[in-house]
Amino acid sequence: MVIEVRNVDKNFDTFKALNNLNLKIERGELVALLGPSGSGKTTLLRIISGLEFASAGSIFFDGQDAGTRHVGERRVGFVFQHYALFRHMTVFENVAFGLRVVPRARRLSNTDIKKRVLSLLSLVQLDRLSERYPTQLSGGQRQRVALARALAIEPLVLLLDEPFGALDAKVRKELRRWLRRLHDEMGLTSIFVTHDQEEALELADRVVVMNKGKIEQIGTPEEVYDQPATPFVYEFLGNVNRIDCTINDGKVHLWGVQVIAETQDGGKCPSGTVPGFAYIRPHDIDFVEKGTEHAVPAIVRHVAAAGPTARIEIQIEGIPNFIEADLSRKRYLELGYKIGQNVFVSARAARVFPASAAE
Amino acid sequence: MGRRILSSSIRTFSWRTPSVLPGFGITMGFTLVYLGLLVLLPLAALILKAAGFTWAEFWDVVTAPRALAAYRLSFGAAFIAAAINIVFGVLVAWVLTRYQFPFKRFLDGLVDLPFALPTAVAGIALAALFAPNGWIGSILLPMGIKVAYTPLGVVVALTFIGLPFVVRTVQPVLQDLDKEVEEAAASLGASRAATFRRVILPVILPAAVTGFALAFARAVGEYGSVIFIAGNLPMKSEIVPLLIVIKLEQFDYRGAAAIGTAMLFVAFVLLLIINLLQRWSRNRMGGM
Repeated sequence: MVIEVRNVDKNFDTFKALNNLNLKIERGELVALLGPSGSGKTTLLRIISGLEFASAGSIFFDGQDAGTRHVGERRVGFVFQHYALFRHMTVFENVAFGLRVVPRARRLSNTDIKKRVLSLLSLVQLDRLSERYPTQLSGGQRQRVALARALAIEPLVLLLDEPFGALDAKVRKELRRWLRRLHDEMGLTSIFVTHDQEEALELADRVVVMNKGKIEQIGTPEEVYDQPATPFVYEFLGNVNRIDCTINDGKVHLWGVQVIAETQDGGKCPSGTVPGFAYIRPHDIDFVEKGTEHAVPAIVRHVAAAGPTARIEIQIEGIPNFIEADLSRKRYLELGYKIGQNVFVSARAARVFPASAAE
Repeated sequence: MGRRILSSSIRTFSWRTPSVLPGFGITMGFTLVYLGLLVLLPLAALILKAAGFTWAEFWDVVTAPRALAAYRLSFGAAFIAAAINIVFGVLVAWVLTRYQFPFKRFLDGLVDLPFALPTAVAGIALAALFAPNGWIGSILLPMGIKVAYTPLGVVVALTFIGLPFVVRTVQPVLQDLDKEVEEAAASLGASRAATFRRVILPVILPAAVTGFALAFARAVGEYGSVIFIAGNLPMKSEIVPLLIVIKLEQFDYRGAAAIGTAMLFVAFVLLLIINLLQRWSRNRMGGM
């Protein structure tokens, strides 16, 4: 189903949770709403589901206005952050709930309900636990019950609020992969809310980065990671070093020397010498020989070498903040840096914003 | 799950278990002394007094027609009153937890009033209200409804004193009820009525039954508020506690003790049944 959000506002008393939001989600997409808490991502999800209503603007499902439709009529499967399972019902009855509350005229027979529930339970690999109660299940199992329950009503859209938030890392990874497969196999349109950028980048077809009730950027994971549109997206996605610099007629001076950097919308950058700030990803910091062009001296302050990449914190003279640099394990072993050693670094790539672009 | 935890704690039970909170011995000792002195000793004295009868004499006193009528009224009225309270108590608790409105705190405090008011005061006030010339009584009388000095009056008084029990047991459960669970039901297509019946009611039922049991137990033993409104006609509107007092006033201590013992027995059996009911409904909640 194609979901369109047009000019949606949402106010809670004086707080503007959503501010003139526009978003279009295509059929079959798996979209992540990514943002810090308070960014309005859950509010947006709830408005799409019909659990909450917009203060202004409208929601379209396949071109039809769904804004006034009751949540029960929208055919959305909603998976709650804390699962919201019915504690007094068995796993089987939880999943059957949506089938049992259908008006008698359209309700399936008991044997059909049983068949459908059992097939859903085998889909989520819980067929052997159908007589258990939710309190007797682990977090990952509860999550799968919540999913099976939402899928029982054959929804056109699957909405998930922080689906993996309460799970430990290993289960989370497993469920993520499994959700991706389920989404593809069932041909659903799915939206999930998360504050975990890794989750959003790994799982989603497109990522919607939100902040303060507005959309900062919409794009594929590669797009939002490689070409962040705003300083906020830069800081929210992945590790990044933020360094104050000066921009001189579009040329960037970092650490007193001119460096290679691309300024935001080159032409729009104010002329003359203006203060600005640059973002450099840790893997774009290069360790070079003394005397190389654009290189500046630095001191190694900390080394964390466990794992596939070694993280080295360096300090450049006159700059109080440490700067993080990532090295591949192989290169780290070649260089063999120790704490306190003097090195020379340069930035392979950086993105620069004039100070006026900061919030 | 609960059962498994229970059995493992039995297996590891010992008189001295190292614990961050010491004092099992002293608290258990105190509990036993306390319950023994305050509850068991008076009850034992009661039964001992009744034991002065032979079995046949005891049976005669306990099953006298006047006594039987009094049991019927006491237990019947208490049951009806508790049943009324379970419905309206849940309603009051619902309103107090779900909605915001002016004077909510005041209304909330009002619920406890039947706890605090001397029962005789409540009885006199109710009797004055429902008497044929009282405010409400004078309205009801033309409709052919007589409340004061009839069994109906007994039900009214017992309903009054039992109200706080259901409200105060159900309220915390409603407060803890997750709003998301209701939203989940709605998103699965359930109507408001279906959501209440299938999702909310099963969760608050154990608490409501507890409230019912407390209100019922309190109503069975109630004396002060009832005797002013009941009219106290033997065979018609005479409650068991009053019958016992009458026997005492006639210096028939053994008779009073016998009826007291019978009542104790019936009340105990009824509370046991309610407790079993409660356990059953709690087990259905999946070992919580």
